[in-house]
Amino acid sequence: MALYSEKVFDHFRNPRNVGIIEDADGVGEVGNAVCGDIMKIYLKIENDTIVDVKFETFGCGSAIASSSMATELIKGRPVSEALELTNKAVTEALDGLPAHKLHCSVLAEEAIRAALLDYYKKNNIPYDKSKFPEPHDEHDHEAEEEA
Amino acid sequence: MIYADNAATTSLSPAALSAMTDILAHCYGNPSSLHSVGQQAAEVLQDARERMARILNADPKEITFTSGGSESDNQALRTAAHLGAKKGKKHLISTAFEHHAVLHPLKKLEQEGFEVTLLPVHENGIVTAQEVAAAIRPDTALVSVMFANNEIGTIQPIAEIGAVCREKGVLFHCDAVQAVGHVPVDVKAMNIDLLSLSGHKFHGPKGVGALYARKGVRLEALIEGGAQERGKRAGTENLASIVGMVTALEEAVTDLSAKQARLTALRDRLIEGLEKIPHGVLNGDRNARLPGNVNFCFEGIEGESLLLLLDDKGICASSGSACTSGSLDPSHVLLAIGRPHEVAHGSLRLTLDEQMSTQDMDEMIDAVTEVVQYLRNMSPVWRNLMEGKQDFIIP
Repeated sequence: MALYSEKVFDHFRNPRNVGIIEDADGVGEVGNAVCGDIMKIYLKIENDTIVDVKFETFGCGSAIASSSMATELIKGRPVSEALELTNKAVTEALDGLPAHKLHCSVLAEEAIRAALLDYYKKNNIPYDKSKFPEPHDEHDHEAEEEA
Repeated sequence: MIYADNAATTSLSPAALSAMTDILAHCYGNPSSLHSVGQQAAEVLQDARERMARILNADPKEITFTSGGSESDNQALRTAAHLGAKKGKKHLISTAFEHHAVLHPLKKLEQEGFEVTLLPVHENGIVTAQEVAAAIRPDTALVSVMFANNEIGTIQPIAEIGAVCREKGVLFHCDAVQAVGHVPVDVKAMNIDLLSLSGHKFHGPKGVGALYARKGVRLEALIEGGAQERGKRAGTENLASIVGMVTALEEAVTDLSAKQARLTALRDRLIEGLEKIPHGVLNGDRNARLPGNVNFCFEGIEGESLLLLLDDKGICASSGSACTSGSLDPSHVLLAIGRPHEVAHGSLRLTLDEQMSTQDMDEMIDAVTEVVQYLRNMSPVWRNLMEGKQDFIIP
């Protein structure tokens, strides 16, 4: 099937880091069930490094693959690097996504950022507010496609 | 491999294929030509028209061959609307869960100044003849109700609706694309004025269909440029496909009641098996549905990932989720029967074929049960439901 790249299929069929972290240092959830996709990211952080990450996703094949790839890209990396993760990087690592599925990679980026924000807030760590724009309230697929 | 997407399309019947290759190899004439080669083709065409008319209980002159169900629907709606407009009737009635080949032309007619009423279809996916009767006004030009729904398979009370329309003098179009070849269809007994059908839904070829128009209902041509099909559809006839379609249809309606009974038993076995999956629900009436249609919603998961994982297990299915439609909204059919968005995204349609076995049903039950559980285990929605943080929509 040429619907998705081999990489997307690989991460969809064998998703990495599925599950939850009971004592997570940061948890972020984005999306909504009405739109058909929700991502939840759990982070374990030690010495400013993401030592473990897990995800749960309700969504299509590319949503699951984007979550899986995003967790792989930040696992073992410093928090500062995870903060810079873009949807573009997720998409490229997956060898591309169909245009109408790009919002899945945006959700992955937003979910990680939401988890990091949760970590900062829980631990009273000062953070750069400009790095945390409000996530898309309206989960606007089309606007993201154009971006 | 189990191909359970027969509502999307069917495999080509070997008898139809053989009839088609025979025509392609030996009957290349243009039925409009006056010489013997052309007249041989004209005879084959006439024979095909008579055979199709017999199956529908129509007159051969009432059959127009088209490129398929969508063209037939478009032509039927434009014809009926414009015939009505000539008499000052500009009100059209249909249902909320018609195929887009009906809904989109209706939208266009609305822009042309027609008024459209879309009747609700309730949770069981059935509109009643009483509701149709109540919606008919003095200025109603057309009632268009599908014979059986393409997604949830529910069969509409067509004979009753036909009787209401005939009594009130309103044209009745029936999109019977999913029904012809699967359940008995009799245009006279059911008082149908216009009926659409498509060859590839009953093991005929793609790209060919037919439009029945009762004598006296003058079709408006969508394609101009020749006198083919009595001037109602220009273009040299697609003879091989027409013959293939008619061959497949004759085959489909042979021993139809026995086939229906066999398929219904398979369907019910599949439904009973899938009903054991918790927090799932059958979409559409359990009994008034096509013998081969099974459609469920499973809470907490999304349909596209379900389809892809079933495909990995060798099962071809379909879903009404937004992600499978390429649009933002899930299936308008599932929304029309009252399924909320978050549940409609988790839909699965399995449409059967008479060649399937009970083992195939059991294999599908096992595969769907396993994949639904696997996806639920990675779903944050499912976790919230299980932990009581949100309420189940499907009990």
